[in-house]
Amino acid sequence: MRKLKLFALPYILWMVVFTVLPMFLIVYYAFTNAPGNSAPTLEHFFKAIDPMYMKILLRSIWIAFLCTALCLLLGYPVAFLLARARNGAVWSLFFILPMWMNFLLRTYAWMSILENTGILNSLFVAMGLGQMELLYNENAVILGMVYNFLPFMILPIYTNLQKQDVSLLEAAQDLGCNGWRVFTRVTLPLSMPGVVSGITMVFMPAVTTFAISRLLSGGKFMLFGDIIEQQYLSTGNWNVGSMLSLIMLAIILLSMGLMGRFGSDTKDGGGML
Amino acid sequence: MKKKVSLVLALVLLLALCVPLLTGCGEQQTVLNVYNWGEYIDKDILTQFTEETGIKIVYSTFTSNEEMYAKLKAGGGNYDVIFPSDYMIERMAKQDMLHPLNYDNIPNITHIMPSLRNKAYDPGDVYSVPYMWGTVGILYNTSMVDEPVDSWDILWDEKYAQNIFMYDSSRDCFMPAMIKLGYSLNERSDEALQEATDLLIQQRPLVLGYALDDIQDKMVAGEAALALVYSGYVVGAVEENPDLAYAIPKEGSNVWFDAVAIPKSSKNYEAAEKFIDFLCRPDIALANVREIGYSTPNQSAFDQLTPEEQNNPVCYPSEEELARCDVYVDLGEYNEKYDDAFLRVKGN
Repeated sequence: MRKLKLFALPYILWMVVFTVLPMFLIVYYAFTNAPGNSAPTLEHFFKAIDPMYMKILLRSIWIAFLCTALCLLLGYPVAFLLARARNGAVWSLFFILPMWMNFLLRTYAWMSILENTGILNSLFVAMGLGQMELLYNENAVILGMVYNFLPFMILPIYTNLQKQDVSLLEAAQDLGCNGWRVFTRVTLPLSMPGVVSGITMVFMPAVTTFAISRLLSGGKFMLFGDIIEQQYLSTGNWNVGSMLSLIMLAIILLSMGLMGRFGSDTKDGGGML
Repeated sequence: MKKKVSLVLALVLLLALCVPLLTGCGEQQTVLNVYNWGEYIDKDILTQFTEETGIKIVYSTFTSNEEMYAKLKAGGGNYDVIFPSDYMIERMAKQDMLHPLNYDNIPNITHIMPSLRNKAYDPGDVYSVPYMWGTVGILYNTSMVDEPVDSWDILWDEKYAQNIFMYDSSRDCFMPAMIKLGYSLNERSDEALQEATDLLIQQRPLVLGYALDDIQDKMVAGEAALALVYSGYVVGAVEENPDLAYAIPKEGSNVWFDAVAIPKSSKNYEAAEKFIDFLCRPDIALANVREIGYSTPNQSAFDQLTPEEQNNPVCYPSEEELARCDVYVDLGEYNEKYDDAFLRVKGN
C-alpha cells in the first residue's frame, strides 16, 4: 500500500504546481487590486455582476443546456445502435476518429463549409436554391458545439449499454414485455449512470466554451468563456477575469454536485470513461 | 500526512530553485527574443542577422497590442525587441516599461523619413523607431458596391445588411463611429462614448462578423461587400482579387505607426539596439516592405521601390488624404471603458 502511494507522488506534485497553485492565484487576483497591493476588495465582484456579464452568463448556461439536450437526443440512439451492432467497437471508432484532430481545425473546417461562399452555399446556388445565411449566427454556434461535444455523450452511454447483462433483457421478454417496454423498464433505467456522465461531460465544456462561439458567430455572439478570454488577453484586467472565472467555477461545482446527486440515486456507476 | 505535505512542499521549492539554474547554463551565444505581429517581417532577414552578428534570434508573434501589453505587464516572457503601435508606445512609456534608445548604436536611423520622426506619441523618439505605417479605411468589392465609397456612412447603409465586416478591436470599431458623430477619434467623454455605443449597436444587425486577420481571406473570397481594415491588408488582397478596392473616407480616419522598441525588462539592450539598427538598414527595410506590403518609413528603402509601388495610393496616400487622418493617443482610464462599451455592442 505504502509503495502504491509513492507512485502517486509525481501526479500529486504535478497537481500542486499546475492546478492548486494557479487556483490560489486566481482567488488572489479576484479579491485584490493591482500588483503589490494585497488589501482584499470586492470591487471586481461588483464589476463582474454587471447586468451585461450576467446576461452573457445566462445565455451561456442556456446554450450549454440546449447543446447537452441535443447531444443526448442525438447521442443516445447512436450509442444504443452501436452497443447492439455486431461490430460496435469498429463503428465507434468513426466517432472517435475526428477527435484525433484539434477542435479548432475542425471548427475552421465548419466555417468554410457554412460561409456565404462556402461548400454548402455553392451547392445551394448551383441547385438554384439561392444563398442561405448559415454562418455568423447562433445556430452555427450550436451546431459547432454539438458537433464537437457529441462523442463525449455517445461514448459513456455506449460503454454502459455494452456492459448491460443480456440475460436481464431476456428475462424481461420472457415475462411478457414487448421491445419498447424492455427498453423503457430495463435498458433505460440501467443506462442512467452512463447518461449522467455523458451529460456532465458535455455540459462542462459547453458552458465554458470559447473560440468556437467567436469563430462561428463572427464575433457577434459571445459566451462567458469569450469574455473571460477578453478580460485576460485584450482588456488586460486579470482581476475581473479571475473573478469571472471564479463565478464560472462556482457554477460548474454547483451543477456537478447536482448531477452527482442524480448519479448516486441510480445504483452501480460505470459508464464514465 | 503532515510529513507528506512537507515533502511535497519541499519538492516544489526545489523545483522552483532549479528553474533559474536551468535557464542560466549553456548560454555562450547571445540570444535575442523578438516579439512581433504575425506575418509582419521577412523571415529570411532573421537568419541573415544571425549570420552577420552571431546573435541568435528567438521569434514569437502576437495578434494585438493589448495581448502584447498584457503579457509584458504580467512579467511573462523575456522579450528584447517588441513592435508596439503609437498609442501603446505612449502607454508603455508612461508606465516606465520601455528602455530609452541609445542612438549611438543605431546609426541607420538617418534613413528614416524626417517627417515620420519625432511624433506626438514618442516626442524625440526616445523609446521607438518607426517600423511601418498605414491607415485604416474601407476595403470594398467593386462587383458588389456600385456607388462610390467615400464616407463612413456606407457602413451604416441598410443596403449592405449582413455584408459588412468590422475589425474586431474596440479602438478601430469606435473610430468611425466617433468621427461620424463629429468627435475626435481620441474622444474621452462618457456622453460621446454612449452615443458611439448606440451608433454601433444600431449598426450591429448589418454586420456579418467582427473578425481579425481572416478578414483579408474572406474579402478575397467575396464573403462580404465592405470591410473595415488596415491598409496593409489591401495590397495582398487586391493582388488576389482585382475587384477589391480601398478608400479612406472623406470624414477622416486613423493613421498609425508601428515602431520598434525595447522593453525595460530586456537584458540585452545592446544586441536589441543592433537589431533595430539592422531593421533600419535600407536593404533590410526594403525586403520587409516588399514581403508584407505596408508602408515603409525608410526613405532609402522607399527610393528603391518601383514608381508603381511608390505611387500606390493605398500605401502612400496623398498629403491631402493624410491631413485628414489622426494618430491614436493613449486613452488612459478610458481604455477599459472603450473595451466595456465594445462588449456591450457585441454581446447585445
